Amino acid sequence: MLFLGEVFIGGLLVGVMYSLIALGFVLIYKASGVFNFAQGDMTLLAALALVGFLNIFPLWLAILATLLMMIGLALVVEAIILRPLVARPPLVLFMATIGLGFLLQGIGQGIWGTDPKGLQIGLSDIPFEIKGLLISQFDLAGAVLSGSLVLILVWFFQKSKTGRALRAVSDDHEAALSVGIPLRKAWAITWAIAGIVALVAGIMWGSRLGVQFSLSLIALKALPVLILGGVDSIPGAIIAGLIVGAAENLAEVFLGPYVGGGIQTFFPYLLALFVLWFKPYGMYGREIIERV
Amino acid sequence: MNNNKKEVLLQVQDVHVDFGILKALNGVSLEIQKGEILAIIGPNGAGKTSLVNAINGFYHPSRGHIFFAGQDLTKLRPHQIAALGIARTFQNVALFKGMTVLDNLMVGRNLKMNSLFISQGIYWGLAQKEEIRHREAVERIIDWLEIEHIRKVPAGMLPYGLQKRVELGRALAAEPQLLLLDEPMAGMNLEEKEDIVRFILDANEELGVTIALIEHDMGVVMDISDRVIVLDYGEKIAEGTPQEIRYNERVIKAYLGSPARR
Amino acid sequence: MIYRECGVFKATYQEDMAIFPIPLDRWGVMVISTIAIGGVPFLANDYWLGSILIPFLVFSLAALGLNFLTGYAGQLSLGHAAFMAVGAYASLILYGRYGVPLILSLLGGGLVAAGAGGIFGIPSLRIKGFYLAVSTLAAQFVIEWILTHWKWVSGGVFGTVDAPPMKIWGWVIDTPLKKYYLVLSIVIPLTIFGKNLVRGPLGRAWMAIRDMDIAAEIIGISLFRNKLMAFLISAFYTGVAGGLITFAYYGAANIEAFNIMVSFHLLGMVIIGGMGSVLGSFLGAGFITLLPIFINQFARGLGMPLKTDLLACLDLIIFGGLIIIFLIIEPFGLARLWQTLKEKLRLWPFPY
Repeated sequence: MLFLGEVFIGGLLVGVMYSLIALGFVLIYKASGVFNFAQGDMTLLAALALVGFLNIFPLWLAILATLLMMIGLALVVEAIILRPLVARPPLVLFMATIGLGFLLQGIGQGIWGTDPKGLQIGLSDIPFEIKGLLISQFDLAGAVLSGSLVLILVWFFQKSKTGRALRAVSDDHEAALSVGIPLRKAWAITWAIAGIVALVAGIMWGSRLGVQFSLSLIALKALPVLILGGVDSIPGAIIAGLIVGAAENLAEVFLGPYVGGGIQTFFPYLLALFVLWFKPYGMYGREIIERV
Repeated sequence: MNNNKKEVLLQVQDVHVDFGILKALNGVSLEIQKGEILAIIGPNGAGKTSLVNAINGFYHPSRGHIFFAGQDLTKLRPHQIAALGIARTFQNVALFKGMTVLDNLMVGRNLKMNSLFISQGIYWGLAQKEEIRHREAVERIIDWLEIEHIRKVPAGMLPYGLQKRVELGRALAAEPQLLLLDEPMAGMNLEEKEDIVRFILDANEELGVTIALIEHDMGVVMDISDRVIVLDYGEKIAEGTPQEIRYNERVIKAYLGSPARR
Repeated sequence: MIYRECGVFKATYQEDMAIFPIPLDRWGVMVISTIAIGGVPFLANDYWLGSILIPFLVFSLAALGLNFLTGYAGQLSLGHAAFMAVGAYASLILYGRYGVPLILSLLGGGLVAAGAGGIFGIPSLRIKGFYLAVSTLAAQFVIEWILTHWKWVSGGVFGTVDAPPMKIWGWVIDTPLKKYYLVLSIVIPLTIFGKNLVRGPLGRAWMAIRDMDIAAEIIGISLFRNKLMAFLISAFYTGVAGGLITFAYYGAANIEAFNIMVSFHLLGMVIIGGMGSVLGSFLGAGFITLLPIFINQFARGLGMPLKTDLLACLDLIIFGGLIIIFLIIEPFGLARLWQTLKEKLRLWPFPY
């Protein structure tokens, strides 16, 4: 029973981190109508840059430098990729982000190389105990940090003026323009936020798994979270993240041994597919009513 | 304009269509008689397109039934309903923009093309004969609609008026019994309208197609329709010949609103 | 007036509907085919045959498969390499374990892949858009897992299954030249078949679904049947390609050769080559296959030979960059560029 609890909580904690990445996707989608397939590669790039900067700067300065770099990247992406493609169907933008992902991968590899690097941010690996349950410090810190960022972002989007403007943009570009919301600025802000999310995710996952290519695949893990929750739903991303994190862990531990293990990779997808069959727009996604 | 056919082709019985709490159709019943031209009119939002969408099977009525040539349509999928002989044009032109005019019309004949995909891949033999046969049928329509000069043009590049005409062609290519036209003349100038009216009348008289059209141009409605049905707020408020409808008080009120109180 | 379309009149619909109605096109294709079948063996050395032309042809076939589904039918597939894997393992098992003749094994591998395609195509009946795109990733991961964990298939986790030597009726296929002919003998008929398919009712139904699926359904096109066919046929082609590349190029099947990166490469081929174009599949595959070689030669030519990892990341950068550039400039890819070029040649040297 205790073990079940540990697995469950461990899963939840990981789930919070998934939620964070999924939230990055949702925010970009809500504000610019684009699915940023390059989010994972942005995460890897942020982590690589951080490791690089840590060689010359103290931690706080390195984080700041990476932050500035990610914001700069957001501006460049907005100018070079989003602007020329503004009138195209969403599928085209989506494929452009796939291309962007490769581009960022190549740049990251070119500057910092492909060998795995460690990322030390001062958290130790020793689990600590609560009521007999062993909980990893890493996971807990990750959950706390991600959770805080999630709360900040939710507040930002729901309550602040800029957030409202961003939501208006995602609903209807033209209408937003007509009430004076500068589209490009909105997009730049959104992608900068995505960059920040990538940075935090990069820190968390990078220190957990080491900074290497597989980090970019973490984003792929967040995709089933995204479609399970609904691609334009903030609460959906959060709840789905927790569900996927817990379910994945439980499935691996309890079902895994019967079938040879390794099912965390695809179990979230099957779970999402199952739910999507009954709710084709995810649990909380907005249903697109097509008119003829 | 034939007034003698009384055989009922399509029957709409007490159909309700809801979207959540929004009622698009609130118990509409009507008949379409074989061979007639029926106009469906009403103010914006009255439910005219919803009615046509329900007949096509795109919307499923929450209550009520729709019968076509004896069959209950309400449980069928749109493509099955099309196979029974109902074709349609759309309010916002729904041509396949990435395909040529010719291909758009040929798609209209897909219902009648039966070769297996293996045969299609091999092409020589059965599939080729079938393709030629249907190409001939489609070319007849192209001739009839006078669009030969644009057959190989991608549909997305055509001017609006021609797009509407091509859409009509695609619908006719299926050799339907019933043709539903959703504002076929919207946004056209006088000349284009006259052309389309001519085609509609010809389709009805020469090809024997029963026509139901949603239309806002009252002149056209008065001129060509055998009967008129008026919808308002999802309900049928009047039915009759164009003359009867013209002076119907409820209809006038629906369009113009009640006179202001002094 | 080099590329003449004027003065070419079709007396019958039959002529108008031929694959290559314009004589110059027909002539061009015949020339290329003749070179491919007759000329190449004398012109090309083993390196070109074995390491460039064979992968080019095989990936063209795989890209063509993906193009049916994504370019023609409009259903984005992000995990298509998984079907190559299914074809690879299935054909190996058929040939190596059960002694099914080689060509039948390859086609059989394609059929098994088609089955997998059908299963993973079922979500497309209810799910659309981005949600569908992501669920196609399920194919990638589930199939990867099955092929590595199902002992009957793989013989062990991450095991490599070697391909036995290829023989057709006692005739051993061991030289690059023979392998080249084997590949050609499968790719050419399948390409012709595919070209006929997309010009016919099925292809039109696919494009209708891609352009406006609601309208398509209302005018009588069954979304279920046609989408399913798209998944089946697409997976078949890609599966056969998987078998081919295993036998004629890698010599063994390893799941790593069909990972998610390969899926994205296939997608890139389709985007760059041209979505909804048979020619585009070949152009895209050729482009991507030749790209690393070209970069290498280019760098060497400049006097700066590149180390492999630098080459690898330049590869990524250019690949990603090209996808973006093509989407911005010419979303219909190289095939459309080619068509535009032909249009210009129609008038050259008389612009009017």
